Amino acid sequence: METKILDELKKSELLSLIAEGKRKDGRKFDEYRKITVEKGVIQNAEGSALAKIGKTQVLCGVKFGVSIPYPDSPKEGTMMVMAELLPSASHLFEPGPPGEESIELARVVDRGIRSAEIMDFSSFFIEEGKVLSVFIDLYVLDHDGDLIDASALASMAALLDAKMPLIEEGAIVRGKSAGPLPLKEKVVTCTFAKVGDHFLLDTTLDEEAGVEGRFSIATTPTHVCGIQKGGSGAFSKKNILELVDLSFKKGEELRALL
Amino acid sequence: MEKPTLVVEGKRLDGRAFDQLRPIKMKAHVINAADGSAYVEWGDNKVLVGVYGPKECLPRHMANPYKAIVKCRYSMAPFSVLEERIRTGPSRRSTELSMVIRQVFEHTMFLEAYPETEIDIFIDILQAGGGTRCAGITAASIALADAGIPMRDLICAVSAGKIDGQIAVDLSKDEDNYGEADVPVAIAPRNKDILLFQMDGLLTRDEIEHMLDLAYSASSVINRMQVDALKEAYSGERTEAVLPL
Repeated sequence: METKILDELKKSELLSLIAEGKRKDGRKFDEYRKITVEKGVIQNAEGSALAKIGKTQVLCGVKFGVSIPYPDSPKEGTMMVMAELLPSASHLFEPGPPGEESIELARVVDRGIRSAEIMDFSSFFIEEGKVLSVFIDLYVLDHDGDLIDASALASMAALLDAKMPLIEEGAIVRGKSAGPLPLKEKVVTCTFAKVGDHFLLDTTLDEEAGVEGRFSIATTPTHVCGIQKGGSGAFSKKNILELVDLSFKKGEELRALL
Repeated sequence: MEKPTLVVEGKRLDGRAFDQLRPIKMKAHVINAADGSAYVEWGDNKVLVGVYGPKECLPRHMANPYKAIVKCRYSMAPFSVLEERIRTGPSRRSTELSMVIRQVFEHTMFLEAYPETEIDIFIDILQAGGGTRCAGITAASIALADAGIPMRDLICAVSAGKIDGQIAVDLSKDEDNYGEADVPVAIAPRNKDILLFQMDGLLTRDEIEHMLDLAYSASSVINRMQVDALKEAYSGERTEAVLPL
């Protein structure tokens, strides 16, 4: 109840600011907050990174495991992305099994990485019936909006930090590495929120209260490799093409941080 | 894996004396969104705690008209161990630890001051290196104080144990795995009350006494660090929370 009322107040504040061409924190519409990325923060993981966009903090850990391949690709390894919205990270998150928000987040990050084919899954083959699996676990530690961009950034940084595990007699030797995980590209994601006729990059949690819809675009330097429209707002063809152009431009800023 | 020798020439594997703690770092106010938060690095352990409340108790039928209820979740990150990835979701171990940790703080907080409300404590082990529940309790006390929740004391916790026949404080992961006994204890430093005590292994009465004495001396060191972490967070302007991972 209180939250609903607050959201309405935040929305009207957002709308009146935007009408004047302003944002509450003084940023331009297409400007990110301060971003930092730190790799190698969890020594027990094969790869890890902490990404911060403004007050949002997302930790990503990469673990390798040995598993049975899917029947339709017996020579290929597998990848899984999971997202945990820690109840510590926001009054909006509660303990329990993953809800729609965390599942969407994990799947959007998964699609960007998977579609860009940045990993060679055939190099994950160990022996008949045995392949390597890469587990990418996202831990949202502090929520102040734009979770998709921060999570995509953390996962890419953690993959860049990741070492291939050493395999002996069909099993992983823990604590030893077989060199860096080869990656073809750096995938980054830019999320634009629609407010009236305007688009805001990197919304804060307060701004998100007044947003009609969002558009997340994952890119490599040359291609779009994943898109997710979120929220109940509508986008035109013209909107979408403009946002794709902008996401290549803004994507370069993110790639430079990796 | 074969059991390593845990004591060589009177020193432990990591070179510590029997009454010596691992290196510890503590920081209060590390999560912007939480009412209170703390981060503790203790040896190889990396522990994050967020606290919310006192706030409206949900679901309503759980509310107590005489005092606040405490909810506690201890959870290990899937990537927190060197071994195989841990499955997400509660395990039998994490369920038990959440309960015994909750009971520590049910004793410590002035719950009767906040009827009909709940206080949430979320302990997340980002990296595990032996003694995670003790690091978690120590961090949770800082986070509760950071949230401004009135408490009888600033609780700290440490483990003691027996390794290769010797009594030692603050067991590392290897010492816990291959030692003869492990005893995590939570202590209220002001009156020396023991608020958590678990043990596995074989010990004599005198060994238990020796362990408690080691844990008591270690607790005063830990308590001082907790106070320092809180003083640091409140000495200047309240700035943006940054996790020093």
